[in-house]
Amino acid sequence: MQRMPQWADVILIPLISLILAAVLSALVILAIGENPWAALKLMVEGSLGSTYAWGYTLYYATNFIFTGLAVAVAIHARLFNIGGEGQAMLGGLGVALIALFIPWPHWTLALLGGAVGAALFGAAWAFIPAWLQAKRGSHVVITTIMFNFIAAALLNYLLIGALKPQGSMEPATGRFPEATHLPTFQDMFSTAETALFRGAPVNVSFFVALIACVAVWALIWRTRLGYEIRAYGQSEGAAKYAGISPVKIIVVTMLISGGLAGMMAINNVMGEAERLVLNAVEGAGFIGIAVALMGRSHPFGVLLAALLFGFLYQGGAELALWTSIPRELIVVIQALVILFTGALDNMVRMPLEGLFLRLRRAPKPDRKTSPAE
Amino acid sequence: MTDQTPAIELKGISKAFGPVQANKDISIRVMPGTIHGIIGENGAGKSTLMSILYGFYRADAGEIWVDGRRTEIPDSQAAIRAGIGMVFQHFKLVQNFSVLENVVLGAEDGAMLRPSLAKARRELKDLAAEYELNIDPDARIEDIGVGMQQRVEILKALYRQADILILDEPTGVLTPAEADHLFRILKGLRDQGKTIILITHKLREIMEITDTVSVMRRGEMTATVQTAETSPPELAELMVGRKVLLQVEKVPPKPGKTVLEVENLRVVDSKGVERLRKIGFEIRAGEILGIAGVAGNGQSELLEVLGGYRRAEGTVRLNGKPLELAGRHANGRARRAAGVAHVPEDRHHEGLILDFSAWENVAFGYHDRPEFNKGLFMDNAAIKADAAAKMERFDVRPPHPHLAAKNFSGGNQQKIVVAREIERNPDLLLIGQPTRGVDIGAIEFIHEQIVALRDMGKAVLLVSVELDEIMSLSDRIAVMFDGKIMGERLPAETDERELGLLMAGITDTDKPHSEAEIEANLARRHASADKEA
Amino acid sequence: MDFLTLIQVFDTTIRLATPLLLACLAGLFSERAGIFDIGLEGKMLASAFLTAAVAAVTGSVLVGLLAGIGGAMALAGIHGLASITFRGNQLISGVAINFLAAGLTVVVAQSWFGQGGRTPQLSGNARFGTIDLPFAAEIRDIPLLGPIYADLISGHSLLVYVGLLMVPLTWYVLFRTRFGLRLRAVGENPAAVDTAGISVVGLRYAAVAICGLLTGLAGAYLSTGLQAGFVKDMTAGRGYIALAALIFAKWRPWYALGACLLFGFLQALALRPDVIEGTLGFEVGVQLLDALPYILTVVILAGFVGRAIPPRAGGEPYVKER
Repeated sequence: MQRMPQWADVILIPLISLILAAVLSALVILAIGENPWAALKLMVEGSLGSTYAWGYTLYYATNFIFTGLAVAVAIHARLFNIGGEGQAMLGGLGVALIALFIPWPHWTLALLGGAVGAALFGAAWAFIPAWLQAKRGSHVVITTIMFNFIAAALLNYLLIGALKPQGSMEPATGRFPEATHLPTFQDMFSTAETALFRGAPVNVSFFVALIACVAVWALIWRTRLGYEIRAYGQSEGAAKYAGISPVKIIVVTMLISGGLAGMMAINNVMGEAERLVLNAVEGAGFIGIAVALMGRSHPFGVLLAALLFGFLYQGGAELALWTSIPRELIVVIQALVILFTGALDNMVRMPLEGLFLRLRRAPKPDRKTSPAE
Repeated sequence: MTDQTPAIELKGISKAFGPVQANKDISIRVMPGTIHGIIGENGAGKSTLMSILYGFYRADAGEIWVDGRRTEIPDSQAAIRAGIGMVFQHFKLVQNFSVLENVVLGAEDGAMLRPSLAKARRELKDLAAEYELNIDPDARIEDIGVGMQQRVEILKALYRQADILILDEPTGVLTPAEADHLFRILKGLRDQGKTIILITHKLREIMEITDTVSVMRRGEMTATVQTAETSPPELAELMVGRKVLLQVEKVPPKPGKTVLEVENLRVVDSKGVERLRKIGFEIRAGEILGIAGVAGNGQSELLEVLGGYRRAEGTVRLNGKPLELAGRHANGRARRAAGVAHVPEDRHHEGLILDFSAWENVAFGYHDRPEFNKGLFMDNAAIKADAAAKMERFDVRPPHPHLAAKNFSGGNQQKIVVAREIERNPDLLLIGQPTRGVDIGAIEFIHEQIVALRDMGKAVLLVSVELDEIMSLSDRIAVMFDGKIMGERLPAETDERELGLLMAGITDTDKPHSEAEIEANLARRHASADKEA
Repeated sequence: MDFLTLIQVFDTTIRLATPLLLACLAGLFSERAGIFDIGLEGKMLASAFLTAAVAAVTGSVLVGLLAGIGGAMALAGIHGLASITFRGNQLISGVAINFLAAGLTVVVAQSWFGQGGRTPQLSGNARFGTIDLPFAAEIRDIPLLGPIYADLISGHSLLVYVGLLMVPLTWYVLFRTRFGLRLRAVGENPAAVDTAGISVVGLRYAAVAICGLLTGLAGAYLSTGLQAGFVKDMTAGRGYIALAALIFAKWRPWYALGACLLFGFLQALALRPDVIEGTLGFEVGVQLLDALPYILTVVILAGFVGRAIPPRAGGEPYVKER
């Protein structure tokens, strides 16, 4: 017997969690002496008020779609991949190597090559934690955290060493060749009379991200592999009984997850920076956790949550520009979203389930209900 | 009896879990210095009632009286204070603690550990002497057997000066010999004036050891009688509410060619313990081989090896072709392809994915079959149609393929699993605990399906801890003990007593089976099988 | 490498190991009780900020310390609420707490001090001063032992000694007291504790509170002992290194001391590349030293060098069942 209707589980709970996070954030803004309402207006204006603003919002959202999908795919196999950050860093390395050392004739091919390279490098970085989890039982959460730090050290090493152009003082690679530059929305949608998305970094990668959403949806709900991933995630014992190899599922799922996280690099490294800089990921790997939790691990939910976080990110940047509220406010909001949609899920869920149970029983008022136990 | 104050009196206890009413207005009087049995089917609400008495759950309504005083038992601490101790079905021990530490936990004297441990060590010695409860206080729980672990649980209660001891299905994990020892201990405790409540679903135990018995059915207390004044058939009827048909209707077997041959099968688990000790047997077409034994004597491992998800050494042949026991093709998928179907012992953790819908479960394990796939993608429409048809044939209720498996009752869940496995027309069916937690109606139905499969000329390996089930379904019975097959019997030529002895590891000649003997047996059987073929 | 350089490196090791050690022992209490905590980083950061901020305002480091501990314990309370009361995912809760601290400290610091997310420089009583042990000056000139005592053992801030004393204290509490027995039991099999009539929830909250207290000390040391003020993200992954040390130490107090000293030593070496080059004769990348604690932990986790088995009930919320 279901405790509450599915729409409540899918829509109501994330919505209430979001409202709770928003209220607390408003209190924080109030506490530091700013006006939450004015702040919200500024954020909406700065992130949705013009094609330029949208151009940034969608650019950030593209990053978060990739990292959110990465976390979501892993969650279906009951794996918690905190390593999106490191995998995205390595994805950046893959893109950089492919853009710098292969002469591409056209951006379409470069995009394809970059996506493959990014995915391969991201997947490779997820492989060791995956293999250790599958074969040695080392907890993937801890190993992926460790691999985030190892990735940071590795990139640091490469960017002040081998990959830095001679004579440069900056820890970054040289600029990628012209042929690898991806068309931005400005290039694609502006007409001679009206310039749209002028100067905004959103680029063709956004559409790749949308394709990735559809692909992940099909993978999880329409393929044998997806069926097996979900089966393993729900019950390891049952998976073994059915002849589904846990080793294969863990490794393949983590490779897909790492690949998706790595693919973020076609947006931020290839599409925007057009070179690899230190800390290119800027925490997007971690935001993927919030996005996946908020989106209930469903690609469509991930898309919506990624747009929300794109809005928060761009809005937060605007806020920092025009008020004394620092950008880190967004980190607070992100934390609250993770807290309410992830860890405190039951706090929202339990009273709601009780409510639905009571609504259902309303015609029979004589029956006693016991407190939650 | 009315002139005495009951040790425990429950008045009008009710308890609901969500929409499920586990206990309905239950009243019971337990007299001091007696062994009081509470019997009922799985899910009748026995354990819930006792958990309320032990403060593990709180009743929605009703009163608890201990020694004539109204007592509130909001938590286990209160139960312990009231002199109640409980031995749960699943032991509540800390695996890497010593016996002593487990006994002391929660009953320490003062904040420092040393004096508590020293005192407990002394008292344990006294208790051991008094009640035949010998045990090494420094042994770690993970290193001792289940019988010993149960003793630790009893000692825990006694150390807390419990006058009333509740035991929940205490013999489920014990051999008959261990169970006898336990009963001796319990009788000793009663003779010292302790009150004992024994929860069980086994009629034999009730008859053997209790003074009074209360019967529960579907959350209600249906009767309380003196054990001496009742009989097993009467209790059985009170338990299930109608006459039980224990015997299954079936025609004599017509065994055909050998389907499954097992030789020298050996399993060593991850801790290095030998779980199967080079066993051998065979099953012919049109024959049900029942494996009897106390849980934990290697039956589960046997099913897992044959089902393809546990590594083993030795030889297993299906229709003359060897099955891989280690390596790449030792998995459930390869087994299904070879014609082995498997209804596993634990449907919640193996047979079903509880959060998957019924239709997804009906394809489970067979999801890579061509009829369920269209190119790269799964053909969900085909799977749903197949599931709906199977659920209808097996009368699964409610007949909704979209409902999640967890929302079906135990019997209907088991029907889903059995439908999935039997309907593939396998050469060999492995079926473990087919009716555990299944209501009577579904039991009959499932038994009929097993027999029907055998009558179609298929081989069936039946594993069950319910001796009645083994006796009524099997064409041959093999008894397992400590990873060995102690002997094979024909149901018509044996009885529960003999099987019980075998289950305790005692053969007729009272000497352990040697490997040579098994080999010789096997050779003999092969010779005769070859002659017939 | 000469003797004095060695003393210097070891001296730095002790100072860098202290916040790791306090945080590691904090995690030990929590995880031994079955509550995984990847939020050590966040709690340290919150305490580092609050200690420095309140010390800067009041001029007293002790008042600051109380505030810092309070902050860390408040976050521990959230973790408890999520993972004990509401049976949420402990890993997710830890991640959230790390972000909460990373965001809030900067937002509040900016609002209070307007210095780009940092506190003012601390000096005098607003910092933990060094403590000279008795006779340090007198015996400095004795060869070998003198410098070891005077320069290595003596002359640290109070919290360094507190951290070192916490090791035997933790061991004693865990293995010699009733509380410790129950704490270890609740991390292994909460049902055993529950049926023995002890509150699982109470014990776990107690463990989480101790974790808050110790991370509070760790954070306070960072901003008022090791450095003179708070800067954004000043924990710089120390919470995760502490976590790594905890696994490395297999959840045991004395091993934790060893692991933290080792990781502290690696951090100390990273500050002195000249020493490594002088000793080994070739250059070792600073990045390698940075990454080494994590690499070592992965190796340990992989079980190639002894197996690390976490408390059995770790990470699982306790649900009553028969």
